Amino acid sequence: MLTLKRNDKNRFPQVSTASLPDIIFILLFFFMVVTVMRSKPLKLEITKPNIQDPQNAKDRKLMAYIYVGATNKSSKDYKIQIDDAFAKIEDIRPFVDRQKEKLPIELKERFTISLRIDKAVEMGIVEDIKVALRKSKQQRIIYSANPKLEN
Amino acid sequence: MAKNKKNEAGFNASSMADVAFLLLIFFLVATTIDIEKGISVILPPYCEGCEEPNPPSKRNTFFVKINTQDQLLVRGNELDLAQLKDRTKEFILNPTKNKNLSKSPRHALIALQNDRGTSYEMYLAVYNELKAAYSELWEDKARQLFGIAYNDLPRAKKKIIRKEIPLVISESEPTNYQALK
Repeated sequence: MLTLKRNDKNRFPQVSTASLPDIIFILLFFFMVVTVMRSKPLKLEITKPNIQDPQNAKDRKLMAYIYVGATNKSSKDYKIQIDDAFAKIEDIRPFVDRQKEKLPIELKERFTISLRIDKAVEMGIVEDIKVALRKSKQQRIIYSANPKLEN
Repeated sequence: MAKNKKNEAGFNASSMADVAFLLLIFFLVATTIDIEKGISVILPPYCEGCEEPNPPSKRNTFFVKINTQDQLLVRGNELDLAQLKDRTKEFILNPTKNKNLSKSPRHALIALQNDRGTSYEMYLAVYNELKAAYSELWEDKARQLFGIAYNDLPRAKKKIIRKEIPLVISESEPTNYQALK
């Protein structure tokens, strides 16, 4: 007869924590890579419009942002923010040129301006920005929006 | 040699986990995973005083106008935003060969005009509906011609479809109701 002896002491072996640092490191690296530090403080309150099925933007590294909104929710005084300062329509062209200058030639074509505009903003100002972008030969833009939540 | 190895002080790695944890928590808090989403558009080039070479015929143009009050006027009739997509698709394809709708998808043109007082939200919603109409048509065409979804097609085949149903949304100078008052 074969009897299996149970060793009560070894019934619940300790979980080895030796690989814990490795797991943590992997997580750490993931978050380090994913993190995009926002270096430019936003001075405007922007609620992006919600639309059905917005597309994903491809190259975030080849993107610069123009913000339009008001400084607080109740105000209707809409302003443009570029980098970390308020800007005027005339500032768009030098801004685009500056951004493009840094890029190698083959990537200039793919450079995109993302327009982050509050949903209550009137089209007049947007239209002016569009004309300014066209004048500075920047045709590739993206209207930033959030997906519509189905209820 | 063997003796030396024994005496070598081991690097105590037990606090490594704690350090990594701290860093991890920092990055967890700092991360904002906001994926850039939206509608990508390629603006037409700017040219001073350019006029449209030959204005398209009324039949082939789908006029969409948005006024200051965010109301929609499609080919002279008021329309609800929810119906816009189906109307657009009907206009482009023209399955019943209606004399008032576009001759063929290749001839179809969408003319979008808004007011300077139109809200950005409404403009974007309309623009998105128009684009959605086209992407649904491309999807149908892709399934009909190649039997697979449009997004899975290679670039060359996408081009064939886009040539068949070209996306033309022309935006004219916005009206300025505020200035008229």
